[in-house]
Amino acid sequence: MRERAFGCENRGRRQQPGTFMATDTHPDVAVEFRNVSYRLDHGSTLLHELNLSVRSGELLVLLGRSGSGKTTTLKLVNRLLEPSSGQVLVEGRASTDWDPIQLRRRIGYAIQEVGLFPHFTVERNIGLVPALEGWPGQRIRERVRELLRLVDLDPQIASRRPRELSGGQRQRVGVARALAADPPILLMDEPFGALDALTRAELQREFLELQRRLRKTTVFVTHDLREALLLGSRIALLEAGRLLATYTPEEFLHAKEPLAAAYVAAFHTGNRPQGGT
Amino acid sequence: MSLWQFFLQNRAEVWQLTLEHLWMVGLSMAIAVVIGVPVGIWLTRRQVMEKPVLGVANVIQTIPSLALFGFLLPAPWIGARAERIAVLALVLYALLPVIRNTYVGIMGVDRAVVEAGRGMGMTGRQLLLQVELPLALSVIIAGIRVATVISVGLATIAAAIGAGGLGEFIFRGLAMVNNVVILAGAVPAAILALLADFGLGRLEKRLRPA
Repeated sequence: MRERAFGCENRGRRQQPGTFMATDTHPDVAVEFRNVSYRLDHGSTLLHELNLSVRSGELLVLLGRSGSGKTTTLKLVNRLLEPSSGQVLVEGRASTDWDPIQLRRRIGYAIQEVGLFPHFTVERNIGLVPALEGWPGQRIRERVRELLRLVDLDPQIASRRPRELSGGQRQRVGVARALAADPPILLMDEPFGALDALTRAELQREFLELQRRLRKTTVFVTHDLREALLLGSRIALLEAGRLLATYTPEEFLHAKEPLAAAYVAAFHTGNRPQGGT
Repeated sequence: MSLWQFFLQNRAEVWQLTLEHLWMVGLSMAIAVVIGVPVGIWLTRRQVMEKPVLGVANVIQTIPSLALFGFLLPAPWIGARAERIAVLALVLYALLPVIRNTYVGIMGVDRAVVEAGRGMGMTGRQLLLQVELPLALSVIIAGIRVATVISVGLATIAAAIGAGGLGEFIFRGLAMVNNVVILAGAVPAAILALLADFGLGRLEKRLRPA
């Protein structure tokens, strides 16, 4: 489907296939926002003219306070929302041109712990997407065992229900579920938000380790600068539905942008007093 | 003559009328579920229809049962047999609790859970069958339970139009001014209602999600 669509475009433009993407997207770009705005029906705008690209294999953090448009941005990628104007390109193809079901099954999705199905066992929760994709039962079971080990959980818990797990365990299950069908892209919406500080730090470290190994293209939403600096290869700073700038963690710490500086100042509060912004 | 003696002497008729009663209630509940659950599901997809549909079901509920049986008498096909009228009336009364609990049950499923399912690429049908209905099931059963208990009581009135059931004894006892005969209808009807309440209550509890 995708090849054919590109092929057609390429023929039309008399381009060699592969030398020039029909959509002008660099092949290393996994997700690209082009002038994307998102408005609610009654007119308020949650996202203004967003331009942003996520490179293959990188972990892009969307940082901002609540209401800044982070989650909206995330949901535009797997088409839980559709842009009011502009385009979101996923693997070079507009999200609205994808079959939404196919698109979502290629994108791992992890949200705060409430996202686990309370009536499913851990095994069924993790094996959800493979089951939807029609994998044979044996292969799903093996995959679930493999994933439980990957996120450092005892395979014994496979038969338990989410309510029988600790918050940290639930979160690991959530990450395992997102990885289940080995999707090339991961979307994570404050996946560690509901955890106590110690467990969160532990999971962040492990996730970083995992990410170094798996190199999934990841869009990670957080309001926690510490988390952003630790996990992000780049940080996109959002405020009131606008992208202020993107930084590497290094750049962020020395950014002149007032909001970024405010984040850094707040981050250092408690460590030592800051001499103004 | 005591109630117990009456039962022993009229065993066959008691049994017969109890079966008629169960049949009326069972059939009407089955029809009400087959209609009400899909309507309730549909309302969650067309929320603008919630108020009008539940409004109509509500209005039906307010019609006195004796009057409703009477209204249905001239209806074509239905009116030809008293049992048909009785079943239709019981269905109409049962619809409101079934529709409303289906609607409320599904709307009450944690939106985050539903959104997670959508985000992982479940189709609308998969979401409904694997997530929304299982998580709403105990609430839906609660509606069926309320409707069943109401139906068992209402079905006694169906005897007024000659539809049979345990109401036969009640109306006969009223005419004969004989309390034993009234109780011969009322006590088994009460027991049926309690059994239905108990059985469906247990089912409801078992299906309650975490």
